[in-house]
Amino acid sequence: MIVRTLFFATYRDLAGTDELAVELPAGARVADLVRQLRAGGTALSSLPETPVVAVNMDYAPAATALRDGDEVALIPPVAGG
Amino acid sequence: MGASYAAVVAQPLDAARIIADTLSPEDGAALLFWGVVRNENDGRAVTQLEYHAYEAMAERELLRIADEARERWGTGDIRVVHRVGLLEVGEASIAIAVAAPHRGEAYEASRYVIEQVKRRVPVWKREGYVEGAHEWVPGFTPAAG
Repeated sequence: MIVRTLFFATYRDLAGTDELAVELPAGARVADLVRQLRAGGTALSSLPETPVVAVNMDYAPAATALRDGDEVALIPPVAGG
Repeated sequence: MGASYAAVVAQPLDAARIIADTLSPEDGAALLFWGVVRNENDGRAVTQLEYHAYEAMAERELLRIADEARERWGTGDIRVVHRVGLLEVGEASIAIAVAAPHRGEAYEASRYVIEQVKRRVPVWKREGYVEGAHEWVPGFTPAAG
């Protein structure tokens, strides 16, 4: 399956892009996506082990199961207002 | 009962219009929280702030927060508008308008909304300093799910 992975602020600086299409094995969870990004040999290896993540615009724990086509956003600490 | 409205916009915020759009004849008061860019942070002179948002999720989260506040304090309309893009010192980054039959509820609800915005809404800002550097401002880590 393929998930659309979005990066913002400091994580965007690490990724060098706003978004990536990431291929994952069936049954993968948020934690697997993060592990794969951190292991890719890029600056994303500096991502936290358990970054805050939103799946389809809802905050979601690392154990959340992913499905093909999901939109997964990696959310660095927020500073709105 | 009132309604909630939330938006993330790139244009300057219009305080008079936001208040007017929030009031209805049942209301006896409206409060406007007007958050602006300040000229210093942590002792460094700031010249501008660049706001970024995960816009679709930010609007959803702002709407949820406004709904929570209306439900808890029984206010009238709550309208939250967050600006994104490059802002100069003195420009507004956020407007929170709360209308209510009585002032007490409006103050409580307004305070709740801004505190939750700072904790949960996916918005980030990068400060530009007088000496030319740019840095992301450290923020709150939202609870995961």
